[in-house]
Formats: sequence, C-alpha cells, structure tokens
Amino acid sequence: MSEYLNTALFGIYPYIALSVLAIGSIIRYDREPYSWKAGSSQLLRRRQLVMGSVLFHIGVLVVFFGHLVGLLTPIAVFDALGISHGAKQILAIVAGGVAGTLALIGATLLMHRRFADPRIRKHSSFADNAILILLYVQLLLGLGTIFISVQHLDGHEMTTFMSWAQGIFTLDFRAASYIMGAHWIFKAHLVLGLTIFLVFPFTRLVHMFSAPLRYIFRQGYQVVRRKPVPGAEK
Amino acid sequence: MKIRAQIGKVLNLDKCIGCHTCSVTCKNVWTNREGVEYAWFNNVETKPGIGYPKDWENQKRWNGGWTRASNGSLRPKMGSKWRILAKIFANPDLPEIDDYYEPFTFDYQHLQRAGESEAFPTARPRSLISGERMEKIEWGPNWEEILGGEFSKRSKDANFEGIQKAMYGEFENTFMMYLPRLCEHCLNPACAAACPSGAIYKREEDGIVLIDQEKCRGWRMCVSGCPYKKIYFNWSSGKSEKCTFCYPRIEAGQPTVCSETCVGRIRYLGVVLYDADQIEAAASVPDEKDLYPAQLNMFLDPHDPDVQAQARLDGVPEAWLEAAKRSPVYKMAIDWKIAFPLHPEYRTLPMVWYVPPLSPINAAAEAGSINIQDGMPDVRSLRIPLRYLANLLTAGDEAPIASGLERMLAMRAYMRAKTVDGVIDESIPQRVGLTKDLIEDMYQIMAIANYEDRFVIPTTHREWAEDAYDLRGECGFSFGNGCSDGSTVGSLFGKGKANKPMTPMEKA
Repeated sequence: MSEYLNTALFGIYPYIALSVLAIGSIIRYDREPYSWKAGSSQLLRRRQLVMGSVLFHIGVLVVFFGHLVGLLTPIAVFDALGISHGAKQILAIVAGGVAGTLALIGATLLMHRRFADPRIRKHSSFADNAILILLYVQLLLGLGTIFISVQHLDGHEMTTFMSWAQGIFTLDFRAASYIMGAHWIFKAHLVLGLTIFLVFPFTRLVHMFSAPLRYIFRQGYQVVRRKPVPGAEK
Repeated sequence: MKIRAQIGKVLNLDKCIGCHTCSVTCKNVWTNREGVEYAWFNNVETKPGIGYPKDWENQKRWNGGWTRASNGSLRPKMGSKWRILAKIFANPDLPEIDDYYEPFTFDYQHLQRAGESEAFPTARPRSLISGERMEKIEWGPNWEEILGGEFSKRSKDANFEGIQKAMYGEFENTFMMYLPRLCEHCLNPACAAACPSGAIYKREEDGIVLIDQEKCRGWRMCVSGCPYKKIYFNWSSGKSEKCTFCYPRIEAGQPTVCSETCVGRIRYLGVVLYDADQIEAAASVPDEKDLYPAQLNMFLDPHDPDVQAQARLDGVPEAWLEAAKRSPVYKMAIDWKIAFPLHPEYRTLPMVWYVPPLSPINAAAEAGSINIQDGMPDVRSLRIPLRYLANLLTAGDEAPIASGLERMLAMRAYMRAKTVDGVIDESIPQRVGLTKDLIEDMYQIMAIANYEDRFVIPTTHREWAEDAYDLRGECGFSFGNGCSDGSTVGSLFGKGKANKPMTPMEKA
C-alpha cells in the first residue's frame, strides 16, 4: 500500500470518521430526538430474535470493550503489570475469538431474519440493512485476523496497532506510519471499523449512547413530573 | 401527608351495550396511523374471554404488574431493575403482534376495477405489515364479540379462577358482559417503573400517565410491565404509545373522546384527592384482598376542611377542590362503594373503576326457588357468578361486590316503588346502608346521567405552567421534529423505508 493511501486511510480518515460520529450524533440527538431509538422489531417477529439478539449483543459488547481496553490502554500499563505482549495477544485472540464467534452466530440469525422474514424485510430501512451487513463483514474480517495473528505470537504487531490507536487520540501525526506494514486483512478491518464510526449517527447504532445504565441508580420506581405551581410548597 | 389530585374515571358496566363507539372514536383520533393500526387505546371485550391481547390477564405468562417480595417490598413482577435490564436484548415477556392480531386491510378497489366475471368480485384481506395476501384472518381485535368462538377457548379466561366453570359452557347457564378497557392511569404505574429510559411519567397535577416520545428509546419493557397490556409498541416508529387520557381535552375541561361519545352514557370523569405518601404502603399490603380497601383508604374526603387546607398547601388549585366535591367518581367509588378497581391484585392502584353489571336471574333459580331476601333477589342468584366479578374487580373478595350489586338493586326497587307504585319505601335504602337522599342522588347520576353530572372536569392552569408568549406560532401536538409529522422525509436521519407495503391497487 502506498504511503499516500496509508496516510489518508489511517492518518486522516480516523479524524473525519470520529468527527462525523461526534458531531452527527449531537445534531441528531438535538434535532431529531423522535428518531433516537433502539429500533427493535421483536414485536413483529419473535422467532430467531431471542437467540440471535442475545448472542449478537453479548458477543459484540465483549469484543467492543476488549478493543477499547486493549487498544487504548498504554502499553506501559501492561508492562508494569508484568503481562507480556505475547500473553496479551493470546488473551486477545482467545477472548476475541470466542466472543466474535458468538456474535457471528447471532448476526447470522439476525441477518437471516432480516432478509428472509417478509414482515421484517418490508420494514427495514436502507440503514438497517446496510449496518447489519457492515457489522457482519466486520465480524468476519475481525475473526479472519486471527489466522494471521496465530502465525506470530510475539505480540509485536499488536503493539503497533496500540501505538496507532493511541497516536490518533494523542494527535501523533506519524500514527499511520506505525501500521504501514500490517497485513491487508488488519487494514481492511480498521478501515471498515472507521467507516462504521462514520455512518454511526445515521443508523440505529445511536441507541448505544442511550444504554440505560442510569436506570439501575434511579431512586424508587415512581416517575412524577410536576408543573411549577406558584404558591405550592416544594 | 402529600395531597395530589387525579382525574379518575368510572365505567358503569351495568349500562354498557357493547357498541364500540368509544373504541372507534378513540382510534379515529389517536391510532389511525401506520405502526399502531393494531393498537386500541380503548377496546371493548366480551367477557368471559381471553381478551386482547390474548390471555392478557394471565400474569404467570406475561409477568405484568407488581409482586410483593417476602421482605414486604414491591418490585415489578418482571424482576428487579437488574433483571429488567438483562431482558433488554430480547424481552421474553413481550407479546408478539399476533397475540394482538395482524392488522389487515381489504383490496377494496378490486370491487370497482374487476373485469366481467362469472362470480361476484370479492375484496380479499391483505396484511398491513407485510402487504402480503392473508388467506384467512385468524384473530382480530374483538374476536370473541358476543361470546364468539368455542367455550373451551374462551374459558381460559383467568377470571374463572376458583369457579366450577364447566356448567357455564352450557347454553342455559351461559353469561356475558362487556368490559371496555383503557389505560388505568395507575397511582403506582408498573410501566413507569419498568421503563429504563425514564420516559414514562405521571403528571402530578392531574395524574395522567404519559410517555415522553422524545425520551422513549424503544426498550419495550413498559409493554411487559403493564399488566393491563395497555402500552403498545409502535412497530413503525419504534416507540411505545399509550392512552393519553385525551390530555389536551382534559386540560380544557372536556371529557376524553371515549367518554364524550359513549352513547350508553356509562362513563364518568371527576377529581379524586389522594395521599401520595400512602402509595407504597397501600400497594404493598400482604393480602391481595386488602388492596381494594387499602386503595380506598388513600382517597381523601373533599368536604373535610383539613384536607382542603392541606391540598391548598400542596398546590391543588381552588377550582379542583370545588370539582372534587361534586366528583361523580368520588361518589361512586368512595361514597357509595359501587365502583371497583380492575384487578387490584396487580398492585398498580388503578384509577379507572368499574360498576359491576347486574344480570338476569339465573334460569335455574327462576325455575325453582329464586332466593328473594326482603323483596329483593339475592345477588348470588344473578346469572353472572359473583366470584367471576370478584376475580375481576376485588381480587376475589365477593363481599364488596355483593354489597355494590345490592345497592344497585335497592336503587331499582326504591325507584320502582316510587314511580310505579307511588310509594316511598325508606326501608329499602336502610337495608343496604344508604339513605333516601343518597339513593335519589344515585338515581340522578347513574340512571339519568346528565352530561354535567357525568363530567366534572376543572380546566388546568396552563397560565401558571407555561409562558403563552413562547407558545405563539407553534404547531400544537406533534411527534417532535418541530412541526413535522414524525416521518422526516429527505432527512439524513429519516427512516426512508425501503419498500412500504402497498396493495396492488395502490401500485396501479
């Protein structure tokens, strides 16, 4: 891959994708709150959803947080903890492999449901279909990287991806050069991942931002809204 | 004590003729849109029957409402907050649309466009979801109308609990009644408790329970949480919707659409004052049969000066206190005790109450010995089993239902004596613990049922809550997105449906 293309895809594209993700999501949340939703189709068809959705979500959550922690934790932290690069790579392969497979099984069920069930097919938007395909391909690519990874278990290549990811967030303009020599399947996985960030605000993925964790801490069960009434005791 | 006011409702089932005018006017106003064709904020069921959605009263299956833990605390029957969140990826307690019914239309235009043929052209049904042909309609919003279908299926009705139901399948012993149902606007709403987003709230000033459409994320836990299955997931917008108690009308002092258009004049709306601090205690009494009296105890006498003083301190407007004194709901539910909450055992403290129906004397009793006590038939010989009504309205406690029915029979007997025989028989009201004046008032409100007696609704004080200057030029009630109708055509974020189902006629 030419250095020019490498810089464009891994040096500049990340900033475009992340900017669109942030600004697009804010605009949508502000301007189109009625469209901000999980978009569940369970009511229309329960079959295949229960198993598919649970497997997919659990798998993807593990994979997502695995990437987040694995890529963005400074390598010095692992060194200080005494976790060798090789061991970290094995952990990533095993955990990512298992969770990714669960997610792929779930996604396969969901994909079949979305494109084969007449009710769901009729009521899928272009974005619904497209994001499912993108995620599916991304899961395949991610699992595909395992076959490359197991050929070199020293953990070195993994640290280059960490340097790249951390370089992006620390405005290191050489970030793209760290992964210049990576295998194409890793690069495809990265580009598609950035593309998912790019389209994020335009799809149902925004429901991630609304994960209702605050519910756990909500006091009691009653929700009462009061209008301000003059003279009333507060 | 913290006094709140709520607009409550009573439905006099003794006068419901099952005409569905309430359902149809409600649908025309609120749910004639894609995604909620299957939803009836108000529907009328024929009982006994499994109802709409199927088997909704079976909380062993749907896990709606509340349950009392062994330590005396309340939690949603679906589970504690952690358990509810664990169901977020796929909710095992959610009905499928077929449990309501698959919405359909007919190829009407075929009737006009069909070419010449041997047979009459027919309009065949077509799914409103997939747009595909439906060969046979298997279920509808009112499939059991007037005891439609086999008794073996209808008798799955959960209210047959504790009843030898086999005999009611026989023609001679059959019975039926209508049950119009809408959101109960509960004092202890389980839907709000189950909503992870906190989008469902109870309005303090009038008790109406609403869903904030901009805050709803479509996690669909409310659909399961509500034991009455009166929250509907709009499969097109991906948000839940429910009966709004026609709050724009209530705010203006008008009755809800279902009440306004009720031709049987069975619906009553009025202010009830209650002590909000007692909600938790009343909803968590150990014995289910105590839930109805516990809820009654929460209601406050609007004629009591102490109550009035405290209500003023708590911000209840003067007009509402005046309306509370004339409230038909207070009279029927609390004063006369002839109206009862629907399924108090769900521990939601519902606020739409029902006057149980009188029914003809059971044929068997008529043939042999009608149990007549003091010139009035025994309510236990009525055709509808007392236990059935008790299972519906008082968690199985027959005594309050019997007393309510006796009072209604007494009203009839007294008025018959007065108008037909020209005799004022004061012993009749005395026998059922009422007075002559109360019976006359009951007659005025329940039998004559003038408009101004049925609906005593104070207007809301919008001028306190909102700056009218900010409201000028706005578009009124919309689905967010400013003045748009919710479908943001051409927007980057809009849904842009790939292929909207259309009948061949629409395509042509």
